[in-house]
Amino acid sequence: MLTPADIQGKVKEFLAAHDPNTTERLEFLRARYDAGLAWVHYPEGRGGLGAPRALQTVTDQAFRAAGAPDNDPANNVIGLGMAAPTILTFGSAEQQERWLRPLWTGEEIWCQLFSEPGAGSDLASLATRAVRDGDDWILNGQKVWTSLAHQARWAILVARTDPSVPKHQGLSYFVCDMTGPGVDVRPLRQLTGEAEFNEVFLTDVRIPDSARIGQVGDGWKVAQGTLMNERVAIGGAGMPREGGMIGLVARTWREHPERRSPGLHDRLLRLWADAEVARLASLRLRQQLAAGQPGPEGSAAKVTFARLNQEISGLDVELAGADGLRYGDWSMRRPAHAEFLGRDPGFRYLRAKGNSIEGGTSEVLRNIIAERVLGLPSEPRVDKDVPWKDLPR
Amino acid sequence: MTTTADIEGAEQAAADRTPDLLYTETETELRDSVRSLLAARCRPEDVLPRADATGDTVGGDTQLWQALAADLGCAGLLVPEDDDGAGATFREAATVAEELGRSVAPVPYLGSAIVATMALLSAGAHQQLPELARGDVTAALAAGFATAPGDEFPRTARLSGPRSGDSHGGARLRGEVRGVADALDADLLLVPADGVPHALYLVGARTEGVHRTPVSSLDMTRPLCDIEFTDAEARLVASGPAADQAFQLALLAAAAGLAAEQLGVAEKCLEMTVAYVKERRQFARPVGSFQGLKHRLADLWVSITQARAAARYAAACLAEGNDDTPVAVALAKAHCGDVAVHAAEECVQMHGGIGFTWEHPAHLYLKRAKADSIGFGTADHHRAALAALVNLPGA
Repeated sequence: MLTPADIQGKVKEFLAAHDPNTTERLEFLRARYDAGLAWVHYPEGRGGLGAPRALQTVTDQAFRAAGAPDNDPANNVIGLGMAAPTILTFGSAEQQERWLRPLWTGEEIWCQLFSEPGAGSDLASLATRAVRDGDDWILNGQKVWTSLAHQARWAILVARTDPSVPKHQGLSYFVCDMTGPGVDVRPLRQLTGEAEFNEVFLTDVRIPDSARIGQVGDGWKVAQGTLMNERVAIGGAGMPREGGMIGLVARTWREHPERRSPGLHDRLLRLWADAEVARLASLRLRQQLAAGQPGPEGSAAKVTFARLNQEISGLDVELAGADGLRYGDWSMRRPAHAEFLGRDPGFRYLRAKGNSIEGGTSEVLRNIIAERVLGLPSEPRVDKDVPWKDLPR
Repeated sequence: MTTTADIEGAEQAAADRTPDLLYTETETELRDSVRSLLAARCRPEDVLPRADATGDTVGGDTQLWQALAADLGCAGLLVPEDDDGAGATFREAATVAEELGRSVAPVPYLGSAIVATMALLSAGAHQQLPELARGDVTAALAAGFATAPGDEFPRTARLSGPRSGDSHGGARLRGEVRGVADALDADLLLVPADGVPHALYLVGARTEGVHRTPVSSLDMTRPLCDIEFTDAEARLVASGPAADQAFQLALLAAAAGLAAEQLGVAEKCLEMTVAYVKERRQFARPVGSFQGLKHRLADLWVSITQARAAARYAAACLAEGNDDTPVAVALAKAHCGDVAVHAAEECVQMHGGIGFTWEHPAHLYLKRAKADSIGFGTADHHRAALAALVNLPGA
């Protein structure tokens, strides 16, 4: 098995052959992919070396230390966090060959077309139809809450290919060309004033059958794999003490003694302690993953992160006193990626409301924890064995 | 400007500095052997009779203690090998505390193997350690169970001797200490006493001038007692700053050990409750299929995963003498205390009527959890300590 020293040696060798100061950025990134030093836990030929996942950090550090350009991962979170692992697990060799390299280098941005106006928590009830037509599928429907749709080249998409079977069975998973005819992207303005997300209208969009991932009817299984990755991506990060939102509030507290009160102090201490404990739990989760003991703690991290962000940002606004009544800017902007820590307390408070909805509502996550972790029985399900077309809507 | 690279670098640094928060193989093995001993010898029906014990029947389970201390070697985990101990670290000691919490075990492990042992180690008083490690004798720090890290050195006992005829270095103590845990069956008492300077003394618990009165305690699985000293013969262990240091280190270890115990209490409460709601049927369904209960149990599970990280971090910090120990301990005790009480309260509620009976063990956990939440500092006390430690001063 590869060791950190092996990886550092390989990076050094690579840098000797590709001077980051003289090599063009994209050329450098493509070469890094081809050398298997992109995501080292991926297989050889797919940007990796089949190395343990824990060695990724070592790799990234070695490149960073040399001042090498990176692939700007914050700009392609859906691609890196969800599309890539799905394509790696369920995609054909041709599909992996076609999509993984430009995805990793950031040449092609990805988005996710899952949620619909009528299918949020109950994703499996989605209504976007895909009808077979020769070598193609023809898609019609509406998707929503799509971040990056206006910048994306590709989308991962789930559509209904068979309405006559129960809802989970009639779905298939596709990759959709976002620049193709019939794809209409419109900004979706959220309560912060920004339009971080989009609505995507699909009208007679043609997708070749070669862009289907997994078998016809296996869409739910493939999508489940994608969503698992989403929760790990959202919940698994580590950071230094006071590195998150609590750090902003703590700073305000230290800088403004005149705003302190016993009640606010008690709330601040409780939240500081909760945030620090949550940080330790995230670090513990990382250690578990690195030790090859993945556990269900990822869902716990996501539920906690959402609650804390909301409570801390709420305190933040109150701590601002009269300034908390001012809001920076209501104009409809289209940010490149989600920002939880930026701007003013009012913005952070409003944006945090999305944290318990996006990526699985906290209520759905609690159901998942109760049923899959604790093994509690599910609620009686009236829709389980009914053909999708016969469900009340 | 902060760049992504800066953030990732800081994340990595934080991850690198964090001690191992998982359970090592040794810890897992130790946990398994303690757990199987307790499954056989410390069942709810074994503990329940103690819950309303009076008079001479109040106290710990001495046979269980012998098995735990001598057979499994748990009494000497923190004692160095040179003193006939196991030379283990606080991580292993905390792992055992978790298990004892899961069974609300009536043994003086926390008071003797953790608190008194840490005080003696800090004071460099090795003489008593071999017999403590063997479990032949137990010791207790003669300070109220509610004493917290950072509290002032107690002044309720004071120097009243020596008398003529006492051996060289001997002393006499007078005074009263109330609400002491794990002292009822102890052979040795480690007594903080006022004097010039204030000091820690060792007193034989069965010598003349020591009178212990059992307290009818909220948690009878860890019964308290009041101790009166009437010119009791004492031997100096540490004085002045060395006594302060030993006293404070013992309290930090006490709070961290109790946090681990609280984690065990909470885990067991969740397990019992989950098992019960799967089985109990009302409205022709298992009550555990109702979302009103499921979500509360899911939240409890979430808070327990958080508590585990906090408790492990405190234990690891103590084990390696980390500078962050005071923060880690305050954090763990504040967090785990609230989680354990919440878990025990949910356990009673979700068991419905049966959970309110004397017959069902839920109340043993409720009483242990509530008493533990006061023991070695309330959550509020520890949050106030955090305020000072991390520079978040009050109004």
